[in-house]
Amino acid sequence: MTPFSSEFFKYYRLQVSIFSILVGLVIIYVVGNPLAFTSFPLYRAFMSTMPFFGIIAISATLVITLGEIDLSFPSVVGITSLIFGSALVETESFFIAFILSVSVGMFAGLINGLLVTKVGIPSIVATIGTMFFWRGLVNVIAKGKGIAITLVEGSLHHKIFVGRLFGYIPAQFIWFIITAIVIGVIYRIHTFGNHVHFVGDNQESARMMGINVDRVKIIAFVQLGFFASFAGIFTMYEMLYFWPSQGSGLLMTTLAAVFVGGTSVFGGKGTIFGTFIGVLIIGSLEAGIIAVGLSGFWVQFIYGLMITLSVTVYAFLLKKKT
Amino acid sequence: MQNQELLKLDGISKAFGKMEVLSGINFTIMTGEVVALVGDNGAGKSTLIKIITGVHKPTTGEIFFKNQKTKIKSVSHSRSIGIEAVYQERALADQQELYRNIFAGREITHFWGFMNIQKEKEETEKILKNTIGFTSKAITMNSTVENLSGGEKQGIAFGRSLYFDADLIILDEPTMGLSLQETEKVLGFVKGLKNKNKSAIFIDHNIFHVYDVADRFIILDRGKVMGQFKKEEISQKELMDKMISLHHSGNF
Repeated sequence: MTPFSSEFFKYYRLQVSIFSILVGLVIIYVVGNPLAFTSFPLYRAFMSTMPFFGIIAISATLVITLGEIDLSFPSVVGITSLIFGSALVETESFFIAFILSVSVGMFAGLINGLLVTKVGIPSIVATIGTMFFWRGLVNVIAKGKGIAITLVEGSLHHKIFVGRLFGYIPAQFIWFIITAIVIGVIYRIHTFGNHVHFVGDNQESARMMGINVDRVKIIAFVQLGFFASFAGIFTMYEMLYFWPSQGSGLLMTTLAAVFVGGTSVFGGKGTIFGTFIGVLIIGSLEAGIIAVGLSGFWVQFIYGLMITLSVTVYAFLLKKKT
Repeated sequence: MQNQELLKLDGISKAFGKMEVLSGINFTIMTGEVVALVGDNGAGKSTLIKIITGVHKPTTGEIFFKNQKTKIKSVSHSRSIGIEAVYQERALADQQELYRNIFAGREITHFWGFMNIQKEKEETEKILKNTIGFTSKAITMNSTVENLSGGEKQGIAFGRSLYFDADLIILDEPTMGLSLQETEKVLGFVKGLKNKNKSAIFIDHNIFHVYDVADRFIILDRGKVMGQFKKEEISQKELMDKMISLHHSGNF
């Protein structure tokens, strides 16, 4: 397939569409406020905050491609961050805190996976349950109190997570790109990613082709649990603080990024590239809207417009020819 | 070479809870033989097939494959010993490319599970050209299944089973919903299996198709084998009459 041939555009129509939307937005931003959008600080701010939900969005693309959903990851961010913060303050060991935090994240994912596959509860219902459960547990343990983790400032692991590369580029953005590339490769050319597509497309045929449907689903939920805890650490390291509602604002922006990125709501189709661009779009909207001179009251309205429009366009692009 | 036993079922029964769906099924399939399973809805045909392909496990009874007593553990296990099912449409995923469909569940890999996409595409191209005989330029290995006709989908499923060199191919309603021309093509595939010395179990509601391609007929009713006939022992009309009387009275 030669680049930019008609076959290329047909095959990559989703990626081309979403990329065009981003380019269109950037043009609007630059025309609307040349001063802010042609200088670096705004982009540095974007790069420091987008990874908080971007890393989760990349990982959640696998679950959405399966035709499943996870509403519990914001609470998993909460509980794992609480554990990370407490363990860090208690032991002063990054290593112990990290291991504890990601283990609990993966355990939370495992529970979601088992509820969906072995117990047979639809994921939207199962993860509403675990969403309240984990957030509730955070409230019970933290009792409304935050945890300051200023002790990590200046340490090597702090630099690795949220330092500034060459003094400019937030390290978490590099992590976000690495995550996207690794999961993107798995999504396209690893057997696991391939099986995710087949299970999401048609669970029964996948089973008849000898794919272990339950295992694929469980692994997908577990890796999302892992990345939820991972993303939580970035947020805490940037803010140097844990607060009990941490993660609770992530749900809508994260899922919006995945859907704006063109992953099919029905499962079986999607791209990590799309989600990546979706994160850039959703993550820049709020600041963009304000910067071009609209009031903050417009933010949700334009979110809604973007999401509805893009999902409608994709529905047409992917319409099944019968 | 129609003299070797390929598959032998010995006293296969299957119950779901208290419901006995199959009771004491015995039959044998020889190498290079196409055997039709006939029977009304609820006779137990699809349960029997699911036992042979490893979807269900029998409650009692034994399976011998190539003269070896075999416990079929899973779909991938049955595939690995040479049993392949061609289900109408149901075993293809619509939105995925052809090459991914052909190799789903047994991908060609480099290392650590990373797929050799290049190789999969090359092999798919060979299957499309040589095994299935697709000449249409509209269908390439990058096409998705949703753009294919029913017969083309069936062709892909056949091509897949031949590529993986299955000895026993199970065809569950392969002509359902196909146009006349496509049906001819599918029946042609089935007849072609014999030349390749492959065996097949064939299920179809259309008794004309069944009679056309099969060498032998096994009649199932309410979970039991009611009779077995070679093609030379029975005419199409007699077979049909037997089916009808079975349907009305429960015996021949």
